[in-house]
Amino acid sequence: MKHMQTSRAWAWWLAAGVAVAFPFAMQALDETFYISMASRMLIYGLAAVSLNLVLGYGGLVSFGHAAFVGIGAYTVGILITEGVPNGWIGFALAMAIAAAFAAVIGAVSLRTRGVYFIMITLAFAQMVFYLVNSVKAYGGDEGLNLSERSAFGLGLDLKDDTTFYFFVLALLAACLFGIHRLMHSRFGRVILAIRDDEVRAESIGYPVYRYKLILFVMAGALGGLAGALMVNQQNYVSPNLLHWTQSGLLMVMVILGGVGTLAGGLWGAIVLLTLEDVISEYTIHWQFYVGWVLLAVVLLAPKGLAGLRWPRRRKDGRP
Amino acid sequence: MTGILLLEQTLNGLQFGLMLFLLASGLTLVFGIMDMINLAHGALYMVGAFFAAWFTSLTGAFVWGVLLAVPATAVVGMLLEATLLRTLYARDHLSQVLATFALILILNESVRMIWGSDLALSPPDALAGPVELIPGLYYPSYRLLIIGVGLALAALLYLLVVRTRVGALVRAGASNREMALAMGVNIKWLFTAVFGLGAAMCAVAGAMLGPLLAVQVGMGESILILAFVVIVIGGIGSIWGAFVGSLLVGFVDTFGRTLLPFLFREFLPPQWAAAAAPAVASILIYLLMAVVLFLRPQGLFAARS
Repeated sequence: MKHMQTSRAWAWWLAAGVAVAFPFAMQALDETFYISMASRMLIYGLAAVSLNLVLGYGGLVSFGHAAFVGIGAYTVGILITEGVPNGWIGFALAMAIAAAFAAVIGAVSLRTRGVYFIMITLAFAQMVFYLVNSVKAYGGDEGLNLSERSAFGLGLDLKDDTTFYFFVLALLAACLFGIHRLMHSRFGRVILAIRDDEVRAESIGYPVYRYKLILFVMAGALGGLAGALMVNQQNYVSPNLLHWTQSGLLMVMVILGGVGTLAGGLWGAIVLLTLEDVISEYTIHWQFYVGWVLLAVVLLAPKGLAGLRWPRRRKDGRP
Repeated sequence: MTGILLLEQTLNGLQFGLMLFLLASGLTLVFGIMDMINLAHGALYMVGAFFAAWFTSLTGAFVWGVLLAVPATAVVGMLLEATLLRTLYARDHLSQVLATFALILILNESVRMIWGSDLALSPPDALAGPVELIPGLYYPSYRLLIIGVGLALAALLYLLVVRTRVGALVRAGASNREMALAMGVNIKWLFTAVFGLGAAMCAVAGAMLGPLLAVQVGMGESILILAFVVIVIGGIGSIWGAFVGSLLVGFVDTFGRTLLPFLFREFLPPQWAAAAAPAVASILIYLLMAVVLFLRPQGLFAARS
């Protein structure tokens, strides 16, 4: 991660070039369906990247990230249903409310550690899941159908798939750059120091708990942003988006792509969703084969596809 | 009237709690001894239920369905342990999550390929009707059977873990794995046996709950989380903790769902009460878990000192 800017800059420019060229290529091939699919991958990528903030950089195995994504999605969905399609308000509120939930959940959860942290984040996510399920006014367990997308003005028409794709791509790029800068700032260094040796960081005098909480809230806010995009992409949001298996899926994406690497979650999302799409062309039992691929990754590529560096692995259950 | 309602709900809570215990006991031992997060535990519950439904339709008798499903699921569990899960013990929790999540996908789809998305399973005809426990209280006899089976298995498990040599080894492994290893306990064999036992318990729970809920793909996912809640409340690795936690979750959940609507109607306008009561009732156990973890981060009965 440290040398990303210098040694792997070319890879980033290449990826950016491909990402920008992609929708034009698809338009030329008259396969515009794939543009919307790519948007979905990038959005899941953003959600996974935001989870990686706590999971990879913070070393905190949060098993409830889907709650923040869902909160973001429902915030925008409810606002649009109530006749407030303004995207500036919607997206800002989505991030703010997700951040507020993250602040409360994090404040309690971060007092525990290891396995207990995993389980308590899971418990909170389940609470949000059931709360959303019970709000009959906004669809309850049937979910919420939307007739329009967020409106940002400025001549941005998000109903156009290509425009929406670039909107997602721009936000994702901004987030990746922001996280890259953050992790190279003093704050990021402290976070890594806490991950590698919490006691040492604390004895040096850093307010460990506060740092972890801030990181947790940031990840929640970005998760909310991903949710706001997701509801726009699908014109639909249901409690399933907050189910624990969604949190598991996001974790799988991060682990698959490489824990603690800047874009690991993004690559994981792209690989996993591509696998899903490709295999489901041939069989309805695609989950079976995706499962085997994931197993193979765990057994053969223990550090994910990035396979590079997450130094000093420690078992989380240990005090 | 309300007394009878309370008694009925107490029995319901007991029944739910005991079935949770069957799931949680295996999970807490695996978690406690092997320090392993096994998300696929719920999938074994599903496999057990499908086996039970399948064997029941083959033999024509529910009893045979259950009796055959238990060893069959235990074999599946032990095979999984010996081939795959064994390699995960030394890995970090993230790898375990990824691998067992993959296992859920594989098991779910395997079941779907073999039996389809769901199977019918009904309780034996003899137990279809209710019995009058005390004047005015009619209780489904099948649910009574579940309570009986649950209590019997809980007692058996208690004797096994507390009174036998194998149980002593299991407890030793749960409280300090390295020390147990150093004292010459054959951990490898023990792990496989514990896993088989856990899978067998899953099968009983799946088979008994199958007629009440539904035997379908994905049935393990929601109940797995409840089992995790139970073992975290009880303290990871503690059988006694799992028992107390199960009953606690069973009672809190059952009473929350029946009593909260009454309670809320007293204090809130009716339309608010109708909306709030189910919402609060469904998050009650998670609230309980958060509170327990906040006050006693190691759970109620920590197995490790």
